[in-house]
Amino acid sequence: MGVRPGTDGEGMRNSDIAVSGLRKAYGDKVVLDGIDFDVTAGSVFSMLGPNGAGKTTTVNVLTTLLKADAGTVRVAGHDVASETREVRAAIGVTGQFAAVDELLSGRENLRLMADLKRVRSGGRVVTRLLERFDLVESADRLASTYSGGMRRKLDLAMTLVGSPRIIFLDEPTTGLDPRSRRTMWEIVRELVTDGTTIFLTTQYLDEADQLADRIAVLDQGRLIAQGTPEELKRTVPGTHVRLRFASLDELDTAARVLAGSTPDDQELTLRVPSDGDSRSLRALLDRLDEHMIDAKEFSVQTPDLDDVFLALTERTGAEVIAQ
Amino acid sequence: MSAVSIPFADSAIMLRRNLKHTMRNPTVVFNAILFPIVMMLMFVYVFGGAFNVGEKYVDYATPGLIVMAISYGLGSTATAVNSDMTKGIINRFKVMDVSRGSVLTGHVIVTAVRCLVADAAIIGVAFAMGFRPAASALDWLGAIGLVLLVSVAASWLTVALGLAAKSVESAGLATVPLIMLPFLSSAFAPAQTMAPGVRQFAEYQPFTPIIETLRGLLSGNPPASQAMAAVAWSAGFALVGYLWAVSTFRKRA
Repeated sequence: MGVRPGTDGEGMRNSDIAVSGLRKAYGDKVVLDGIDFDVTAGSVFSMLGPNGAGKTTTVNVLTTLLKADAGTVRVAGHDVASETREVRAAIGVTGQFAAVDELLSGRENLRLMADLKRVRSGGRVVTRLLERFDLVESADRLASTYSGGMRRKLDLAMTLVGSPRIIFLDEPTTGLDPRSRRTMWEIVRELVTDGTTIFLTTQYLDEADQLADRIAVLDQGRLIAQGTPEELKRTVPGTHVRLRFASLDELDTAARVLAGSTPDDQELTLRVPSDGDSRSLRALLDRLDEHMIDAKEFSVQTPDLDDVFLALTERTGAEVIAQ
Repeated sequence: MSAVSIPFADSAIMLRRNLKHTMRNPTVVFNAILFPIVMMLMFVYVFGGAFNVGEKYVDYATPGLIVMAISYGLGSTATAVNSDMTKGIINRFKVMDVSRGSVLTGHVIVTAVRCLVADAAIIGVAFAMGFRPAASALDWLGAIGLVLLVSVAASWLTVALGLAAKSVESAGLATVPLIMLPFLSSAFAPAQTMAPGVRQFAEYQPFTPIIETLRGLLSGNPPASQAMAAVAWSAGFALVGYLWAVSTFRKRA
């Protein structure tokens, strides 16, 4: 796989979520086929995967909603199966569907959470959250009148009441408009600054890239890769230089001069494999100079997580066929 | 906070939530109170004159209408419980350190309170229509106790029905038998006057002893055997409803 496994040298002391050998099946259908990972306290861990990969099942097990068939799961230092109450007291969860009481106003929803969590000076906590999530104006309207984006914001605000140490976000931005997405990202970043540990599932690679310290790629119930976004990108060969030329002649000459390059006649671009470091770039530019070729545009392209994801899932797809 | 007081505190918070829901939906309460009163006006002023019950018809019908008022308001509870389970909010409660039963007890208490309010209204109207019970203070106390017991029993049974229903719509329909049963009892006419078959059903179904006990208490001579049956039926319903509700809740939650 080429990516280092989930355990860091720091050991268990620093891990807020520790999962090993987690299995879950519904009848014959294996949803989680023995997964292991560790989430360092105060970091953002993103689980990435297509629909049906088992992301929500993982969240449900980690948040005590579902019992695992095998394996151990410790959250906030407590076993999810035997120390359920301690785990529940330490976590906050925002699921895929907004869990708000539609017959209560935004303020009352938050107040309900504050009461149930026995938050002292709940009124002040509620007011601050309403301000933070830009819900002050609609605070006294029933949640049933809120738009989708507002409901998600209220939902997350409810999760934050009582400042839980670990927060689970199951596809928090699915179905949100780009602006609400940015707001959500900013909030996640603020939470991390405050030392909160975040477990995030998403289908969006840019989201994981933006937010996560570590990413685990889940596909058909197995973790097929784990690492920092950079580590994952490095597993896919494909850093290259992209040159654009003014004419077909120049493109042809350049393609002949630069070994291993692939021209695109339509776009008048040339793709040249490269490590992307300064030495190889200088060599490339020198070569163009020698032959008096003038590129109109020059850019270094690194693979994005989409490339990584497609490469990884294709690989496992092929394995399955091989079996 | 001690281990015992947590469920109570949680239940109180949930009760406040359910009360707010009820206040937000005044038509439900209005409906639950108004319909039995309309029934009362119909039976006493329209049909009642034709029935020979051996006493003033309003005195005969009021105990039945008191029970009717309890069962009529149950549909909205079943619906509310079911939508709690099918909408997302329950998932939030489940991952919180919140007493599991508090979600249910909140519903039960609100339903029981709504039953008592409806009964207070129906008794008020009955008095205005000439209802003159011969009950002593002790009889009244017994009657109120029985109404409370039946309300709690019906509430637990309704909560269980609401939990077991697949959808909000079927949850509302699940309580229809509870509304229909009083019609097939001695609520509006003595069982002896009914056709064979219906008559046996009316004699042996749970609402008849409950209504007869209430009737006895309010007329000042409570029938002991009927009272035993009434209490047994109510306690049985409460227990079955409670156990069914809790086990369904565990399965679904």
